[in-house]
Amino acid sequence: MKFTWFNLMPWPYLPDDFREKNRSVWVDIDQKLFDPVKAHEVYNTYMDLLEYADTLGFDGIGVNEHHQNGYGIMPSPNIIAAGLARRTKNAALVVLGNSIALYNPPVRVAEEFAMLDCISGGRLVAGFPVGTSMDTNYCYGQIPALTREKYAEAHDLIIRAWTEREPFAFNGHYNKLRHVNIWPRPIQQPRPPVHIPGGGSVETYDFCIDNTYSYSYLSFTGYIRAKALMQGYWDQVAKRNTPDTSPYRAGFAQTICVAETDEEAERLYSEHVNYFYNRCLHVYPGFADAPGYRTIKTIQTGALSQYAPPRGGFGQLTWKDLTEGGHVIAGSPDTVRQRMEDLIKSLNVGNIFCLMHVGNMPADKCMYSTKLFAEKVMPKLKTLMPEWSHDERFWCHPLEKLATPGTLPSPYAPARAPEHA
Amino acid sequence: MQQKTIDTPHGAIPYLEGGSGEPLVYLHGAGGMTLQDPILEALSSTHHVYAPFLPGYGETEDNPQLRDMLDYTLHTWDVVRALGLKDPILVGHSMGGMIAAEMAAVSPNDVSRLVLIAPAGLWDDDHPIPDLFTLLPFELPQYLFHDPETGAKLMTAGLRIDDPEFLKAYLVRNARQMGMAGKLLFPVPDRGLGSRLYRIRAKTVIVWGESDRMIPPAYAKGFEAGIAGSRVVEVPEAGHMVILEKPDVVANAVASVA
Repeated sequence: MKFTWFNLMPWPYLPDDFREKNRSVWVDIDQKLFDPVKAHEVYNTYMDLLEYADTLGFDGIGVNEHHQNGYGIMPSPNIIAAGLARRTKNAALVVLGNSIALYNPPVRVAEEFAMLDCISGGRLVAGFPVGTSMDTNYCYGQIPALTREKYAEAHDLIIRAWTEREPFAFNGHYNKLRHVNIWPRPIQQPRPPVHIPGGGSVETYDFCIDNTYSYSYLSFTGYIRAKALMQGYWDQVAKRNTPDTSPYRAGFAQTICVAETDEEAERLYSEHVNYFYNRCLHVYPGFADAPGYRTIKTIQTGALSQYAPPRGGFGQLTWKDLTEGGHVIAGSPDTVRQRMEDLIKSLNVGNIFCLMHVGNMPADKCMYSTKLFAEKVMPKLKTLMPEWSHDERFWCHPLEKLATPGTLPSPYAPARAPEHA
Repeated sequence: MQQKTIDTPHGAIPYLEGGSGEPLVYLHGAGGMTLQDPILEALSSTHHVYAPFLPGYGETEDNPQLRDMLDYTLHTWDVVRALGLKDPILVGHSMGGMIAAEMAAVSPNDVSRLVLIAPAGLWDDDHPIPDLFTLLPFELPQYLFHDPETGAKLMTAGLRIDDPEFLKAYLVRNARQMGMAGKLLFPVPDRGLGSRLYRIRAKTVIVWGESDRMIPPAYAKGFEAGIAGSRVVEVPEAGHMVILEKPDVVANAVASVA
């Protein structure tokens, strides 16, 4: 099992009446709610927390990309990952990921990921999301009906840029490049492992199967609701005669809060969980799905955006609703372990993205929950799926010996000429 | 009107045909077109009307080979050629007006009469066009109609909006149609037409509903200034869907270019 500690980086200062006074947390969120001076603290605390997770033995630390978004102040995950690369030694840097249809040209992603892989000594796990409609279409202006074609082209270009050893010309619909020859290239050969975040598009299942990429379902509604979707993926894996059903072919994001007891978990975390579901997921429905972004085939299967909120919004869901419904796995180490086991077995997922910083959770509570998970839950889950423990296709392969940042020698000292007597 | 099909290099294209008189090609807007469209009825009383569906509309699939403005401009010329028409009166509403204007700009010698009904294609920072692609169905009437209440009834007439199966079909159709429209209109409906308007040599009438809150009437001036000798007809008590609200007034304006 691979556990990645993930931080969405929510803005923790959305006002109590955010939902009433604002139409959306995303795309056209009020500029006045952002305070750059407070952001100095917020970013540094969030990066500290990611580094803290590395010290506790998480397999990976995870970052992702959103734009103009009050629950994800990380338009460039690569900047955060670069900082983490210098201050961590063990954890994989799971960048989940770069929305490759947005980069012009996308060789930029091939280059930056190569830099991250070199700086971190081969600890990069690369993610290539199509990107949400909010990010890709409404914030970054990509034409919805062409987004997937542009994404596919960007993917082909990046993989070729990583793997070919001679300069080549690339004549795409969206990219015309006469001399593709990225310098640097990644440490990991033939390429870093790739995870594809998806939200139920059937085309994405095939894409992962065809390329031996891990399919990641980044849901906020928890593992119980995810069963149908993940089953759709595994059905497709079976239908395509894929050689194996390794759980590492799949990943799942789950909000997790651990305390000494179930009661303590509710007391400590319910306000932060409420903040996340009530304020952070308050997305204007007109931004949820630009027409043409989802394929007709996908709409016909009934997979709609998870950002089209339930009737009445999440705000009506109580702590009990959210924990019993599996949106959030919370409670004592034993409760959390049982539910995580249920999650892992029922979804058959080997990569778990642990959403352990929730909403406006302060650092100390987040550390408390994280430490309990790392010490009392994770060790018992690590041994699940032993028959697949050899499967290293979907994880990074760092160098044996890593450089130690911050260990410069003494500056060069010119030899002194002997003084005249 | 009758629905027929014509073969083109991009596959079979359905079109509506009816009326008699001078041939006229009508290009629909982003909302699509139906057999019962009042504007087709009005135009066909004096003209032989041909109204092709864009790929993605009229139960056709979107054509992934068509990506940009030039593709759709030339595709529509292919349709006109396939229909065996030479210099038909070219009429377009909204996105269809944008395509008609592009057709007249790329082939100025093949279009002598042009009617642009609240055409898309220009952008003016002083009059930003609402983001059509974020609007929810219940928000549309206030942008599209002079009288949103009556407009809402016109939009939903005969539709079973409480039926889940209907709603699913609606979502699919909307995604298909507006997905195609996005290739020309998303996120800002400007593909450079403004710099090509000078090429148009057709006798041109520009028709605009005075209460158009989707593409404000101020845009009429941009088209008028760009197309030599063009004339603007402002229609009172009509919005962007002037073709639904005042089809006869539009038809009269069309008759004036003949």
